[in-house]
Amino acid sequence: MSSIMASRVRQKRIAQLISHGKRLDGRGLTDYREVQVEAGLIERAEGSARVRLGKTEVLVGVKFEMGEPFPDVPNEGVLTVNAELVPLASPTFEPGPPDENSIELARVVDRGVRESKAIALEELCIEPGKKTFIVFVDVYVLNHDGNLIDASCLAALAALFNYEVKEGEVKIKPGYKPLPLRNYPVAVTFAKINDKLVVDPWLEEEQVMDARLTMTVEKDGKICAIQKGGYGYFTAEQVFEASKIARQKAEEQRKLVVKE
Amino acid sequence: MLKTSQKKPEKLIDENDVRLDGRKLNEVRPVKIEVGVLGNADGSAYIEQGKNKILAAVYGPKEVHPKHLALPDRAVLRCRYHMAPFSVEERKSPAPSRRELELSKVIRESLEPSIFTEYYPRTSIDLFIEVLQADGGTRCAGITVASVALADAGIPMRDLVSACAAGKVEGRIVLDLTDVEDKAGEADMPLAYMPNANAITLLQMDGMLTSEEFEQVVNLALDGCKQVGQIQKEALRAKYVVAKEAEAEKEEAEEGEE
Repeated sequence: MSSIMASRVRQKRIAQLISHGKRLDGRGLTDYREVQVEAGLIERAEGSARVRLGKTEVLVGVKFEMGEPFPDVPNEGVLTVNAELVPLASPTFEPGPPDENSIELARVVDRGVRESKAIALEELCIEPGKKTFIVFVDVYVLNHDGNLIDASCLAALAALFNYEVKEGEVKIKPGYKPLPLRNYPVAVTFAKINDKLVVDPWLEEEQVMDARLTMTVEKDGKICAIQKGGYGYFTAEQVFEASKIARQKAEEQRKLVVKE
Repeated sequence: MLKTSQKKPEKLIDENDVRLDGRKLNEVRPVKIEVGVLGNADGSAYIEQGKNKILAAVYGPKEVHPKHLALPDRAVLRCRYHMAPFSVEERKSPAPSRRELELSKVIRESLEPSIFTEYYPRTSIDLFIEVLQADGGTRCAGITVASVALADAGIPMRDLVSACAAGKVEGRIVLDLTDVEDKAGEADMPLAYMPNANAITLLQMDGMLTSEEFEQVVNLALDGCKQVGQIQKEALRAKYVVAKEAEAEKEEAEEGEE
């Protein structure tokens, strides 16, 4: 059985190594773990993708439904992101209604997609105020080994990028074309350990970290979403440093999904 | 009657760099903080920031219920950010929304670094933030007022946490966005700060910013936090320094009688 918490000795070792610019798993401070992206695994979903980030594994399914637009934006389609931390993914996940961690995860993924305007929501509306497409992005965590945010954002992007509306599944208005994505947001998450920033923390590093910072970067290098988490803090200099690293890392990650 | 979000005005910033509510680009809305406003709470405070009206109450440190949540080496901080159904234009269901649950989490994480939780092992400090009226920037005003309420409860703290948002509206970098500015603007970045530790304890953003704009917005928000911090300190002084002086006067009077 894998233990839930790294031992104190191991935690200390992780932190000590990082202050010398090294990591327990041999990575550099700004290196990602090995990333694998597989799209289209779930035939029933309009779009799907599985991302493996080291041992972290996330599956995202995109479904399309017809529904009513929100009354305050009658001309726009609806984007709904939900995240499930299913109990099979970690001994620390419990069944039941979404807790604050899964809600935060879903909302960070949502913010990246929404604020980068990746989906042309206004093109999803069929009849203003009455009928529109609703895009459901469901994040399903299969194995938790740290940095769920980056894995989920990348999987959501891959699922949306590879999505197609199949005939018969959803009734499509004649002449309506499946949506091309307009933007490709990628999240880059940092952990602060011993006052140093490390990219893509794995589970044991997350247990040691003081605080977490996620920067979502869109295709032109602009920042479109930020989320700080954890009980520690960052200085302004660290935040600026993170934004620079994030831009560079996001571009590398994006290439794994967007092949143009 | 306030009708804030009925119609989006054509321009939010006029040619003289004046905003809809008459503020300059780098100006915080008028902030008023009152300390110790609730009878039952161990600490409480009330803030008005523009049209925002928010109450915060602290109970504890006290025994944890349920017991299994207790930590052996420090207090648990629990936080509930909640909006009253009548606080927004269209009635909000009183059940906690996903947004409120997320905000409760980030607010807790923004305040915990300021508290010496290790002084009170096996206890809980419960913090309640009720938004009575909302006009943009409620999480920041909530953090600001909660930090004052924690101080009012006498909980030992490293620093006061001050929060303020900055963002981008109509291509301009502005401080302390209202609801209309947030909705129509290009970016909104709430930030919380402990000045003595130079520590950013809350940082969120949605919108689009280039790296130069990002640095400008962070610096402007930090500036806003420092302004808010002054008002927090004044509010605490107004309660405690005045109370202390009154006590001293009373003692003097009593001595005189003798």
